[in-house]
Amino acid sequence: MLYRESGDFSETYKADSQTFPIKFDRYRYYAVLIVAFLVIPLVINDYWANAVLVPFLIYAIAAIGLNILVGYCGQVSLGTGGFMAVGAYACYKLMTAFPEVSIMIHVVISGGITAAVVTVFGLPSLRIKGFYLAVATLAAQFFLVWLFNRVAWFYNYSSTGQITAPDRTVLGYLVTGPNTEAWSKYLICLVFLTISGIIARNLTRGSMGRRWSAIRDMDIAAEIIGVNPLTAKLSAFAVSGFFIGISGALFFAVYLGAVDVGESFGIQKSFLVLFMVIIGGLGSIFGSFAGAAMLVLLPVLLKNILVGALGWDTALAAHLEFIIVGALIIVFLIAEPHGLAQLWRVAKEKLRLWPFPH
Amino acid sequence: MKRLATATVAAVMAAAPVMADLVFPSLSYRTGAYASGGIPFADGYADYMTLLNERDGGIGGVMTRILECETGFNTEKGVECYEATKGEGALVYQPLSTGITYQLIPKVTADGIPLHSMGYGRTSAANGKVFSNIFNYPANYWNGASLVVNHLLELNGGDIKGKKLTLVYHNSAFGKEPIRTLEELSKKHGFELTTLAVDHPGQEQKSQWLQIRRERPDYVTMWGWGVMNQVAIQEAANIRLPMENFIGVWWSGAEIDVLPAGDAADGYKAITFHNVGDDFPLFDDLKTYVVDRGKAAGAGDQLGTVVYNRGLYAAMLASEAVRAAQKIHGVSDITPAMMRDGMEALEITEARMVELGMPNFGPSFKVSCENHGGPGTGAIAQWDATSKQWSLISDFMATDMSVIQPLIDADSAAFAAENNITAGCS
Repeated sequence: MLYRESGDFSETYKADSQTFPIKFDRYRYYAVLIVAFLVIPLVINDYWANAVLVPFLIYAIAAIGLNILVGYCGQVSLGTGGFMAVGAYACYKLMTAFPEVSIMIHVVISGGITAAVVTVFGLPSLRIKGFYLAVATLAAQFFLVWLFNRVAWFYNYSSTGQITAPDRTVLGYLVTGPNTEAWSKYLICLVFLTISGIIARNLTRGSMGRRWSAIRDMDIAAEIIGVNPLTAKLSAFAVSGFFIGISGALFFAVYLGAVDVGESFGIQKSFLVLFMVIIGGLGSIFGSFAGAAMLVLLPVLLKNILVGALGWDTALAAHLEFIIVGALIIVFLIAEPHGLAQLWRVAKEKLRLWPFPH
Repeated sequence: MKRLATATVAAVMAAAPVMADLVFPSLSYRTGAYASGGIPFADGYADYMTLLNERDGGIGGVMTRILECETGFNTEKGVECYEATKGEGALVYQPLSTGITYQLIPKVTADGIPLHSMGYGRTSAANGKVFSNIFNYPANYWNGASLVVNHLLELNGGDIKGKKLTLVYHNSAFGKEPIRTLEELSKKHGFELTTLAVDHPGQEQKSQWLQIRRERPDYVTMWGWGVMNQVAIQEAANIRLPMENFIGVWWSGAEIDVLPAGDAADGYKAITFHNVGDDFPLFDDLKTYVVDRGKAAGAGDQLGTVVYNRGLYAAMLASEAVRAAQKIHGVSDITPAMMRDGMEALEITEARMVELGMPNFGPSFKVSCENHGGPGTGAIAQWDATSKQWSLISDFMATDMSVIQPLIDADSAAFAAENNITAGCS
């Protein structure tokens, strides 16, 4: 019913291999873009931007980055928090050293710097796999946090070790600093997320993505059919690092504005993003969005229901939140081990046949 | 989602009476590794406001309303709480977290809401010419560092040359804050300073205390919070550090920090900027109007503990600032901007403290645009493990402002330059 595919013909190879080959899917995608770009900025307020949408958009970028590494290339990483810190500190150093350059360029360069750092930490992946690699990236996490705490140059020798984002504009509108309007904050993150999503989607279904998947599914077989594990693995680390770096830069500059490395980019962040990827669905761009949405929005939603609408005690609500979110994660994973993305895929298959399943 | 938001707003509006009230957001943390400090503070803060409502019918005839929001000591949740509460006419923020304070300093200044970081936060906010909306009276971390050193001077007859002092600190903006002052003071008095960082949340401190055991410093001071305090005091007891040589900051000196170590914690010291115990007339009123009426916040079992008293004190200072604002502007239902004026004109006298039932509870002082930091006085408290009580072992002493003031001026000038603020009083 919803997916009425009759009359939806692909006449060229190009039309057949586009991201959304089904017409209904494509229109839904355009509708989401229109709402996100044209409707939400008009109605958004500070609360929705700072508490809900901006963190969601930024975590979605991080989840896309990690999904490329873990979901597509099969290399486990527990260093996401530290890698986001690289993006944040790179962005801070660039913003303070070159104030005349646009913040957009700084964010992209921060992504590039993070890509380089992550590639270096990805080198052990050529020798070690699975749990051992997880431990190596865990070491990266602790090393990077220690580094940004220890070397005063990274935080411009401020007495507390905090980094604070100065005011920066894009096209004359503030995007960082305390006087930023909700919509400009939201839009800048949305632009980065949209571009990241498009790039990631096209990389993963192109030849590079196929090489990553080959390595993930069986690295020896992949090597035999001519996939170079060195370039395949390191390129996955680099691309993943690029997106994670962008998310770290936005997290610091646009979302929080002031950051303490141990608190904002600790090991919890690594786990949080990894959970997003696992709950959303490994090896799926849509899954990255779904996972980020679930772990960012659900606690806020629960808090608003329990404290705001029901008027419960805040401590009780906070504890219940842990229980409910934890239980939901387990329920979802038991019901569908491949994550929310698989649920969506199954639902879509059913909808394509509905109401005549045979 | 959207419908839920409307339902939420409707529920809040239904719960709140139509008449005006004075809204005090309480960004508390009753969960997580720092709840041991977060719970008593939030309880004290809320109980004092409840007392004002029950006994006096609010402040100047307007009822107070506490708007509690759980942050878990986490900056991201702190931001969410700030955004959720600021629209309801929040008069003053007291996040009880240096990390969240740093986060909020630019935000509250942009939104025109005052922020009171009492004994925490950014020390150089004491310079009101740069930090128009931030207040940290009556004392800050640099006063605290100076208090510790003053106490050591007193113990050693004014000469601590060559003595070794180790700072054990929470590896965050909070813990790093005193380092600069201690470095200056070590230059001035010739003692040797070593610093040891403890990472969040502070449950793992074996290596730090091993190092202390090896280096045998004469004195150890600590900038810790939450579970870190209990672990550190236990570890100090394990290496048989003489407790009277171990001095904590005011955030490391509550009952809950020393109780787990039992008798071994006897003699542990901490600095404080307000009095301890429940031997004040105010507590009789609290019993009659709040506890006995079943309106105590939380479990109601924190009355008279050190951090509870600090919550009371914070609420008292906030309510006195409201009174000052009401007087200046001649209206009883004040706005956040008026609250800021009230805080800047706040004057606490001993006579007023006696009136409030809190004689000798805290210092007398006067806030001005130049000085948002108060007098910076403090005392030393010591723990007695047999009677399970903290008691003051010194008077409220002045701190070494000749060292602190230049640091405040330099740091606030750097902040002003970074953020294009023209220093000055409006």
